[in-house]
Amino acid sequence: MNLKPETLSRIDEVIPHYPSKRSATLPLLHLIQEDIGYLPPEAIEWVAAKLELQPINVYEVVTFYPMFRQKPIGRRHIKVCRTLSCALVGGYKVCETFEKEFNTRCGEVSPGGEVTIEFVECLASCGSGPVVLIDDDLHEKVDAAKAKALADQIKQEAARRP
Amino acid sequence: MSAPAQRRIIFQHIDEPGYTNDLACYVRHGGYETFKKSVARKPEELIDEVKKSGLRGRGGAGFPCGVKWSLVDRKSGKPIYLVVNADESEPGTFKDRYIMHQDPHQLIEGIMITCFANNVKQAYIYIRGEFPHGARILEKAIAEARAANFVGPNVLGTGYSCEIYVHRGAGAYICGEETGLIESLEGKRPYPRIKPPYFPAVLGLYQCPTIVNNVETLCHVKYIAEVGGEAYSKIGTPNNTGTRILCVSGHVQRPGYYEFEVGKITLGQLLYDVCGGPLPGRTFKAVIPGGSSAKILKVGERFKGKRKVGPDMVDYDWGIEDVPMDFDCLAMIGSMGGSGGVIVMDDSVDMVAALANINAFYAHESCGQCTPCREGSLWMKKISSRMIHGEARPEDGALLKSVADQIAGRTICAFGEACSWPTQSFIAKFGDEFKAYPQTKKAPKAENALELV
Ligand SMILES: Cc1cc2nc3c(=O)[nH]c(=O)nc-3n(C[C@H](O)[C@H](O)[C@H](O)COP(=O)(O)O)c2cc1C
Ligand code: SF4
Ligand code: FES
Repeated sequence: MNLKPETLSRIDEVIPHYPSKRSATLPLLHLIQEDIGYLPPEAIEWVAAKLELQPINVYEVVTFYPMFRQKPIGRRHIKVCRTLSCALVGGYKVCETFEKEFNTRCGEVSPGGEVTIEFVECLASCGSGPVVLIDDDLHEKVDAAKAKALADQIKQEAARRP
Repeated sequence: MSAPAQRRIIFQHIDEPGYTNDLACYVRHGGYETFKKSVARKPEELIDEVKKSGLRGRGGAGFPCGVKWSLVDRKSGKPIYLVVNADESEPGTFKDRYIMHQDPHQLIEGIMITCFANNVKQAYIYIRGEFPHGARILEKAIAEARAANFVGPNVLGTGYSCEIYVHRGAGAYICGEETGLIESLEGKRPYPRIKPPYFPAVLGLYQCPTIVNNVETLCHVKYIAEVGGEAYSKIGTPNNTGTRILCVSGHVQRPGYYEFEVGKITLGQLLYDVCGGPLPGRTFKAVIPGGSSAKILKVGERFKGKRKVGPDMVDYDWGIEDVPMDFDCLAMIGSMGGSGGVIVMDDSVDMVAALANINAFYAHESCGQCTPCREGSLWMKKISSRMIHGEARPEDGALLKSVADQIAGRTICAFGEACSWPTQSFIAKFGDEFKAYPQTKKAPKAENALELV
């Protein structure tokens, strides 16, 4: 596991935010996942050693929280809200549109590895649903047409990538 | 009667053209003046203002904020922590998001006043993991406030020091529950703690006295410090003071966030006048008034009884559109104000499917510690989803109810109630739809019917 120097310095910066090192578990896991894309067993062991914990203490955290993953995902991460307010205005259709556009199913990496689509619970933007979080960016009022446009944009960006 | 005008206190600058989330803009609008005045006062005085204000928590339970603060163990000799609940995870709720993204310094000023009043030296903002931009905005805002000496060591030359750090969650709803949140902040699975003995005010973060408050609550604290508790208590209605941000989603013409004096607007005014009524050609069928855990209200049902208005007891006879949107009235009719998330469903909605959607949420989010909650939420999901995707039986409603009835009151945290109330209330009010479902299912679906689960 090769972490970027910037990740390492942010890790050292965040640990003293807490009187107990263990509290830095979630922040460290976020930083490592942002850097290398997922949390392989080495990452779990590395965090445990860094925070003077047993690997199981970190492992049980990784397996509980939906945002942590132990396997790589597509280059882009599309999270579609599944919960009631979004469903009432067409959230399920949006998810289906993305699945079709990328020829994949929820939770799987699309052929070619461009995207992973995930159905997630309420994203706290229920008044402007259906909402979709693509990587860090929220898209609101995503109907089937807008989902298609977003998918096209992702495909274009992928095509332009060297 | 048409709806009263909005009273924007907390959302004064939300969506205002030209208003930006940096320190300079906040200060230009009078920001941190209240904090400067507050640090010149005695901390006890500030706590008294909050007590006088009657402010009730905006995170869900509506617990009086001043009372919460007075329960803090101040004699233990241990440090006191403030934990800001920015988990905003109750379905239907989307208010804290805008405060943090568009007006983060309002929250930071509220945090610093709260910390000064309670002699807190360390505050953590626990923000849900799905707000990555929100976390960065808050971090930048804290850095700005620190550079201006509003946060950090020796604040404004007073000798008082206090740090604020942002802590990101990772996608689990149960982290909104205050003791689950504390466990998560300690770096563990967010398993809620048993109360007693683990009341945060006594044994909270690192077993130290801890105050947990919602983002919106702390913004109200800032306003209370500005205008005084007495003046604040005159806004809204008795025992339901101040303003409240109502988040409306689902089947209305104008969903969104609206801030009103608490109890001054009825559900009918909110839905018809403010939100423009139902979508063309539709009629309202049901409303969940306080986040997805709140018991559902059915259009057409009536509530009768006596209630206190000032010194008098008066009769009331309400349809759901007549109910004032405050904590007490919504509790009186068997639901709750909760987090302020109003979810609206019209006549196109299949209630069995709507409940199946809600049940899927709770089954996914139960932390799994208590058997009744873990197993019950799962079975409620399985039964309701089988009704939609497999075979439906006339007795399924009764079966669902019997599962729900065995959860509440038998669990460590209030999630047990939160996951059983939707099922109990859907069956109580739409039981006929559940009973008739095996027949309904055979009828052709309306063209515009949306999949809900
Ligand atoms: C299952 C569950 C989920 C909760 N989720 C949230 C939440 O997302 N945000 C929040 O502020 N409070 C939430 N609460 C309420 C908190 O436990 C706590 O009462 C609140 O943060 C206290 O702040 P207040 O007094 O300012 O309202 C939740 C409670 C339960 C039982
Ligand atoms: S009630 Fe449910 S969510 Fe709460 S502690 Fe028990 S299992 Fe966990
Ligand atoms: S239900 Fe989709 S954001 Fe809340």
